[in-house]
Amino acid sequence: MNQFDYARPTSVAEAVAAASGPGAAYLAAGTNLLDLMKTGAKRPGLLVDITRLPGLDRIETLPDGGMRIGAMVRNADLARDRAFATAYPAVAEALLSGASPQLRNAATAGGNLMQHTRCAYFFDPASACNRREPGTGCDALHGENRGHAVLGWSQDCIATHPSDFCVPLVALDAVVEIEGPAGRREAPLEEFHLLPGENPSRENVLQPGELIVALRMSADAAGLRANSRYLKLRERTSFAFALVSAAAALKIEGGAIRTARVALGGVAAKPWRARAAEAVLQGVAPTREAFVRAAEAALSEAMPSGDNAFKIELAKRAVARVLLLALAGTPQRMPALPASAFSSDTGVPAHA
Amino acid sequence: MTLSISLTINGDLKSVLLDDPRVTLLDLLRERLDLTGTKKGCDRGQCGACTVLVDGRRINACLSLAISLDGAEVLTIEGLAEGERLHPVQAAFIAHDGFQCGFCTPGQIMSALGLLGEGEADDPERIREGMSGNLCRCGAYAGITEAVLDAHKRVAEEAAEHRRVA
Repeated sequence: MNQFDYARPTSVAEAVAAASGPGAAYLAAGTNLLDLMKTGAKRPGLLVDITRLPGLDRIETLPDGGMRIGAMVRNADLARDRAFATAYPAVAEALLSGASPQLRNAATAGGNLMQHTRCAYFFDPASACNRREPGTGCDALHGENRGHAVLGWSQDCIATHPSDFCVPLVALDAVVEIEGPAGRREAPLEEFHLLPGENPSRENVLQPGELIVALRMSADAAGLRANSRYLKLRERTSFAFALVSAAAALKIEGGAIRTARVALGGVAAKPWRARAAEAVLQGVAPTREAFVRAAEAALSEAMPSGDNAFKIELAKRAVARVLLLALAGTPQRMPALPASAFSSDTGVPAHA
Repeated sequence: MTLSISLTINGDLKSVLLDDPRVTLLDLLRERLDLTGTKKGCDRGQCGACTVLVDGRRINACLSLAISLDGAEVLTIEGLAEGERLHPVQAAFIAHDGFQCGFCTPGQIMSALGLLGEGEADDPERIREGMSGNLCRCGAYAGITEAVLDAHKRVAEEAAEHRRVA
């Protein structure tokens, strides 16, 4: 790990001022950042510790029925918050399918959005990586790339965003609240992460010094809670990143789909909202055939970036299956294996 | 730069001077405080050998900067037994052969303790999922699952007994 200076500001304004200079990085739990510093992939000159900042660790119900989640809320606390898990069950399921219990106890909501790709070439300073070091090339293009992107990639970068949490969040129109040198602003999560294009080192819309302070969820999104699921396909049952994952939420009235929300994870450099799939489902009967058509639409622009053509078919099946799971209803108790394709009987629906 | 922090470790309040902010909680425990029960396996948050409780929650000590934990309460494997009397989770691991070589065991036991506190250790499938952050290269998983299930019962019985007496 490189040598660095350490600052522990006591207010958001102080933190933003401290982190606005070159080479600074915010430190929350550090579960991703410290790992990258150990390999030498990240070498910040200053760590600005935000773990003590007041007001960032709250889960609040808003007057309009939505919820606001402070950036420092730990993954495990959010997933087990009764009000939150009831209103946004697919988000809770995604959180509990991610990482390990130890990491979920530490990792934060804001940090989850800020985590970097798990592309092995990004982690390895001896490899060429345009995302880590612009202009050096991409060793993943002709390397071990069976887990890499099938949507939105470029010749400069084929990495994926590894988050589970962000997948249902983007399906449910989460909003990111940002504090920075120029004041407060907000961005839809769907626009927060950037596709690589010719500049993969620019991973999100944050400017130097800007800090995520909270996420906001709407009351409308909570209205989909009765039919809301997350499905994560991985190479072992637990404690593995998604090869592909999918979130779905449905509102069904009079035998037809009134609202459909679909998003994919593990397929692109950002959590992928599948609006084409949602359009297919609008107003039709919720049948397996409709779900398969929606899955085809979701992946219609997919292209393998290497040895990963199988992920396109896998993602289609994940979309169709998560829609079937959502149709069957949100389980009353969190499945023993959250988001797993191997989950045993999930019991009675929560909001039948 | 020298940085001073205080930590309560296994019940003892300690003042710690850090000459380097890079020290992880794991290295602080092992290299500077002589608490070598907490093991360094992967040092990357993947194996769980370094699991300790911080403010009652299990975390990976290898991915936590000591400087950032100023004021925290840390519980390590050394803090579990009372003299010769083993903690019920320790006793359950012995009773059910929840280990072979023993290297991962302190992390497994601290993780199990954290899991019991989280209240999701009531069936084998939930225990396996709840212990998925701890690898055992000897493959003692079957014994570990039984040990955690048994510890869950023992702790629940002790709590019931305590309520009856109180």
